[in-house]
Amino acid sequence: MTTAVNPSKPDSRTGADLYLHMYRRMLMIRLFEEQVNDLYTRALMPGLAHLYIGEEAVAVGVCEALRTDDYITSTHRGHGHCLAKGASVDLMFAELLGKEVGYCKGKGGSMHIADPATGNLGANAIVGGSTGIATGAAFSAQRLGTGQVAVCFFGEGALGQGVLYEVMNMAALWKLPVVYVCENNMYNEYTHFSETTAGDILARGPAFGVPSEAVDGQDVRAVYDVAKKLVERARAGDGPSLLLVNTYRYHGHHVGDVSREYYRSKQEEQQWKTERDPIRIMGDWLVSQGLADRAALDKLHGEVKAEIDHGVQFALAAPYPSPDKVDQDVYA
Amino acid sequence: MSMLEAATAVRELTLAQAIREALAEEMRRDPRVFILGEDIAEAGHPFKVLSGLVEEFGAKRVLDTPISEAGFTGIAVGAAMTGMRPVIDIMFGDFIGLTMDQMVNQAAKIHYMSGGKWKAPLVMRTTLGATRRSAAQHSQSLHAWFCHIPGLKVVMPSTPYDAKGLLKSAIRDENPVVFFEDKMMYRLKGPVPDEEYTIPLGVADIKREGSDVTIIATSSMVQVALGAATLLEESGISAEVVDPRTLWPLDEKTLIESAKKTSRVIVVDEGYGRYGVTAELASVIQEGAFFDLEAPVKRMGAMHVPIPFSPPLEDVTVPTEQTVADAARALCGAS
Repeated sequence: MTTAVNPSKPDSRTGADLYLHMYRRMLMIRLFEEQVNDLYTRALMPGLAHLYIGEEAVAVGVCEALRTDDYITSTHRGHGHCLAKGASVDLMFAELLGKEVGYCKGKGGSMHIADPATGNLGANAIVGGSTGIATGAAFSAQRLGTGQVAVCFFGEGALGQGVLYEVMNMAALWKLPVVYVCENNMYNEYTHFSETTAGDILARGPAFGVPSEAVDGQDVRAVYDVAKKLVERARAGDGPSLLLVNTYRYHGHHVGDVSREYYRSKQEEQQWKTERDPIRIMGDWLVSQGLADRAALDKLHGEVKAEIDHGVQFALAAPYPSPDKVDQDVYA
Repeated sequence: MSMLEAATAVRELTLAQAIREALAEEMRRDPRVFILGEDIAEAGHPFKVLSGLVEEFGAKRVLDTPISEAGFTGIAVGAAMTGMRPVIDIMFGDFIGLTMDQMVNQAAKIHYMSGGKWKAPLVMRTTLGATRRSAAQHSQSLHAWFCHIPGLKVVMPSTPYDAKGLLKSAIRDENPVVFFEDKMMYRLKGPVPDEEYTIPLGVADIKREGSDVTIIATSSMVQVALGAATLLEESGISAEVVDPRTLWPLDEKTLIESAKKTSRVIVVDEGYGRYGVTAELASVIQEGAFFDLEAPVKRMGAMHVPIPFSPPLEDVTVPTEQTVADAARALCGAS
């Protein structure tokens, strides 16, 4: 269930609390996604899913810099964003399995998780499709004087969509409190981004007068630090920014994309997993700083695993919506 | 009071003035309402429909946008979801192609996809109608595109009175509503009372009562149908003119009742006939009144060609009073 938090109060986690919390959230996303892959493989989940494994530090580092009432928009690869913003594992699994108690009553599924209680305006299955929505939410925040910020998560594939630049232009003109977070996992579906993306990505923001920064997306502390700066900048009324987060998608474009040699090597995948894994990097750092020992991290792993297992059991046992619900919620 | 006195007691407004008044009243009533579009502030829109609004409400509520229809439509969706009431202005109906992903995949679906948790209460105002000598990219009537999509509502006013009351309802509606205005009717005058009123979406209006033939007409074609009815009266044929006013929700009951009463039906709409609004309305009539019909339902719409520039070419692409009257006579066996 979503945590009740005073929405006007910025999250106050600091120091060891903050770092352990971020580690836990990344682990939760990792284990959640592994479970999703397992459900798919065992034919227990309808449809497909686009796994976020490898990119956990991006969602967690950015969302940790947000208030509960700040807005996010997410993508087809959105489970990580939703969980990082505070979604419940139980209701996420229930939605993925098409159950009535799921976040969207089973009407949205993996690619459309939405949750007003955590400021989640919805995951979007049109690449670049939520850039307008995020910018519009920032417009509301500015007009209503709520102090909220909107974060628009999108993959580097969305750099090919014109609407992104239309709304970035307006966000700059009107100084809207929005942070555009480009997750460059290096692959537009099955095509390396260098084949689709001309010039320097980071030069695209400054063309509109939008300050832009790049960060190592495998280092959650680095992501958090730069996100916090850009979010606070937006909240202070200084306008939009673009954050380019360089990361890597361990799995295929979706769970069924298992033979990937035609577009990338196993060696490349292995190198990222062994040398650049965001959870291992953060775990090692926590231990090296004396903020946790291996036993504590193992214990945390067990707790998160138990939460995931509970969520799956909850979702598997939950009933499907009755067919007569099919024409409800078409109109408000 | 005689009918003449009643008519003169009510002031007359143009369609453009009625729309402007609806916007101004709703903006005074609800501070969340704002307008986004191209050349709408100081310019007041090329058709001058919005003149004076920026002076009253300021540039924070009447915003000139870049020429970015997809972008500002998307911003309106997000703003609508988060507490505002955007009214977006798409200068020509031909430009809706640029907005389709935002309207069809975002605005129309967010309520359903989120299991009813989010909603997008926005209004898109745009135009339809040919015969302005504006050629193929500024003359189309594409409202059928939106009628096809669950989650959207489509409004087609034909008089200043209807335009004002329907627009106020559209702005107060909790759903995305597309509001089509016939650009050739902006100077059409009609009675609009001083006192406030709204017209619910989904209620047809019988614009003229008759007994021999029903002409179901939308937007620009309502005046054409009324003109045809006058011509038919001279031939001794009594035509009933029914205006659905909104294509979705659709007041099927009123259409079917009129069809049963007259037993002959013509459907006239300025969009393309193929797979269009006339096809849907004709289907509603045959499903609802088949055994009461004396003749097949006749459909009339734009010819299936891009709208041409040259006047003698353009004029034959849309129904006229004469062609509608001729069709009605044929349907009544009086040609």
